[in-house]
Amino acid sequence: MAKSKKVSRRQFIINSTQVACAAGVATSFIGGYAAQANSSNAQALRPPGALTEQDFLSACARCGLCVQACPYDTLKLASWLDEAPNGTPYFDARNIPCEMCDDIPCVPACPTGALDHELTNIDDAKMGIAVIVDRSTCLNINGLRCDICYNVCPVRDKAITLEKRQNPRIDYHAILEPVVHADACTGCGKCEHACITEQASIKVLPIELAKGKMQNHYQLYWQTEQADQLNKQPDLPKLNMAKPE
Amino acid sequence: MKNAVGYHSQQAHGFWFAHRLLILRRMSQVSILLLFLLGPWLNIWLIKGNLSSSIILDTVPLTDPFVFFQLLFSGHFPQLNAIIGVTIVLAFYWFIGGRVFCSWVCPVNMLTDLAAWLRRTLGINTHTKLSRHIKYSLLAACFIAPVLLSYVAWEMINPVSLMHRGIIFGIGYGWLVLTAIFLFDLFITRHGWCGHLCPMGAFYGLIGRTSQVKITASNRDNCNDCGDCYLICPEPHVLKPALKGATKNIPPIITNSDCSNCGRCIDVCEPKVFTFTMK
Repeated sequence: MAKSKKVSRRQFIINSTQVACAAGVATSFIGGYAAQANSSNAQALRPPGALTEQDFLSACARCGLCVQACPYDTLKLASWLDEAPNGTPYFDARNIPCEMCDDIPCVPACPTGALDHELTNIDDAKMGIAVIVDRSTCLNINGLRCDICYNVCPVRDKAITLEKRQNPRIDYHAILEPVVHADACTGCGKCEHACITEQASIKVLPIELAKGKMQNHYQLYWQTEQADQLNKQPDLPKLNMAKPE
Repeated sequence: MKNAVGYHSQQAHGFWFAHRLLILRRMSQVSILLLFLLGPWLNIWLIKGNLSSSIILDTVPLTDPFVFFQLLFSGHFPQLNAIIGVTIVLAFYWFIGGRVFCSWVCPVNMLTDLAAWLRRTLGINTHTKLSRHIKYSLLAACFIAPVLLSYVAWEMINPVSLMHRGIIFGIGYGWLVLTAIFLFDLFITRHGWCGHLCPMGAFYGLIGRTSQVKITASNRDNCNDCGDCYLICPEPHVLKPALKGATKNIPPIITNSDCSNCGRCIDVCEPKVFTFTMK
């Protein structure tokens, strides 16, 4: 480097400017490419305890220790042009879902904290949320008794319930519609894996895709203080104070 | 026909002598790869993970400092395991020579060495001159991009981690990147990737500026000007001050941090000019 040679001030300024310009160009190229490459396939799910996608991408060392800790070969490490950004761990629930191990071995294996070590109960995991993506192909919604998503769900009756309603086509038969409750769903993907239709009618999507969000100005009357007051008045009909889900 | 590089050393001292450090180096590179593959292939888990971060016997963590600093610059403060791991790795390379990573560990080196060897044997002389400072610009970019974008941008592309990860976890389309590097080194620029572009090499070079193990041309008085060391060295500019600096009172020790302590100069030198030394 420049240490052994005498460099004139002019040459030094020229050299520094060149390096700075090249660094600028390289930054925009690398950054631009990475921004493109950062998007995951909607079916690539993160391991349990993963930080939000943006934080995860800045925290993951791409070492694969979580992948090697997974006893069921659920997790894969992405390579170039794979479903997830290069080097990051993901799983495809339709192929191998998360078995929700009690000791969550993938999480403590993570050396950087990209998988949050605070997660100790697998039922609190939020790998994604199951969504009935096509009501027209769900056997239960068509009036058959498949029930498989409900039966394989590790948090059955909390994450998926079967809601009974009348079948409008045949008045005396019922429809038992599977309904997902996002607050209890861990995103393990067992339902998607088990779904017997050729293309899964229930799929687990990353939370950013599956969840909507209201603006803060919406006030739900059953969650307001007035509702509390109204309910204390004996001669009015009672409001249902239960929060949705 | 012109004699191959190292011919005289081989004639005088035999094949093994003229290739001893090369063979050691290949054994080091291959056995490190095999250690990582013992787990997935034979279910013997001496070491888990890959070069970016790993753990030996489930107790000693190792973390690549280049990856560690990218995480840090993207705004994530890694956990204790990664901090212990990065300290161990930094201390190791600070002692043994920063770019020892490049020549004794990095799997891409085998690919670029192959390209360099093919160049010598097939007589491919095309060479587009690039500045050896480009790697520092790229290194700066690798650390600026995560600050601006708050994600680890270079690791989306980094061929070094891509190759090592790919061998263990499946390469996918990653071989496209590696083929590009190989062809670039073979036909476009001599020692193009490792010597001119790789920001990871530049980073380890910076660690190596104060490292303890160096190569010295201690017997430079015996140099017979055959030029084999210049031909074999992947960073030939590091040799000249040490080898020819006697008249200018430049000490014989190779101080340039581009030197990767690969030791090929020691192998090919018939009059045994070079040797390893402590700073």
